Amino acid sequence: MHELSIVTHVAKTLDEIAEENKLTKIGSVTLEIGEVSGIITDYFVDCWNYFKVKHPLLKEAELKLETIDAITFCEDCKQEYKTIEYGRICPYCHSEHTYLLQGNECNIKEIEAENE
Amino acid sequence: MLEIYETKERVTADNDKAAAETREKLKENKTFFVNLMASPGAGKTTLLKRTIAALKDSFRIGVMEADVDSAVDAAEIAKTGVRVIQLHSGGLCHMDADMTQRGLEKLDLEGLDLVFLENIGNLVCPAEFDVGAQMKAMILSVPEGDDKPLKYPLMFKVSDVVLVNKIDALPVFDFDKERFEKNVRTRNEKAPVIYLSAATGENCKAWIAYLKETIENWRQSA
Repeated sequence: MHELSIVTHVAKTLDEIAEENKLTKIGSVTLEIGEVSGIITDYFVDCWNYFKVKHPLLKEAELKLETIDAITFCEDCKQEYKTIEYGRICPYCHSEHTYLLQGNECNIKEIEAENE
Repeated sequence: MLEIYETKERVTADNDKAAAETREKLKENKTFFVNLMASPGAGKTTLLKRTIAALKDSFRIGVMEADVDSAVDAAEIAKTGVRVIQLHSGGLCHMDADMTQRGLEKLDLEGLDLVFLENIGNLVCPAEFDVGAQMKAMILSVPEGDDKPLKYPLMFKVSDVVLVNKIDALPVFDFDKERFEKNVRTRNEKAPVIYLSAATGENCKAWIAYLKETIENWRQSA
């Protein structure tokens, strides 16, 4: 629902990184997006394409998305399982005492860029 | 020649930075800042008016009303006599830390010891963006149903306190308190759940007492 604002946040962070490292052009941006991060990747890509042509630094930047699987850990039976498939309740022992190990990330992993 | 730069920054890194700056500024100024979130029509403005009435003799209060459009809420709050500004998000579904910073500048923190942000009515996006508040309070109203913690998990997870409004409507809705609390606890182990009616004033004192105590503790630790 807020994919476009996330794109603008990414752009601001990249502007700062570009300034620090005297980057003149960004060739690609790699984002790590967790399966349960709440980001709808199709929509995110549309927003990115809409925004990048308006932002000089990103004009030619290719967007690369890497998905991080969502995995939940059960505190009672100490097993791990796929969050998307089973949700909060452990499929092995039916316990509610579970927590997300990974899958809600949304990171700018790396960029390819040219400097002065 | 393209080189690879490892960044490993959260996509909202710039937002988190602005939020941290705001928190620091508020601390210096000894101003406690509450981010009030709820869906449209849950009773944010009504509860805010009641809260202001109860606290305006003990605190110098400022309010930022955030909406997509109109100044209806700001006009309502202005009647209470506290300092208020209306912010327009220009269609955006939430307030971020930057917009909040600009809002706080416009409101002017000078002489204020308690500031409320009435966030845009939405249970999704406002939960994602730290605005630099010391307290995130959410309201869920009885007609919305006791299953909402399951449907909007992040909002319940990030909130420091969950206020259940419109308890005067409990007899006509199938809202089950026990089921609701069980659902809240799957998302948030410690946030207190306070039942009240902003319209009739029933049990609002529990919320006021909680808010006062939290401000007191914050002042002592700051």
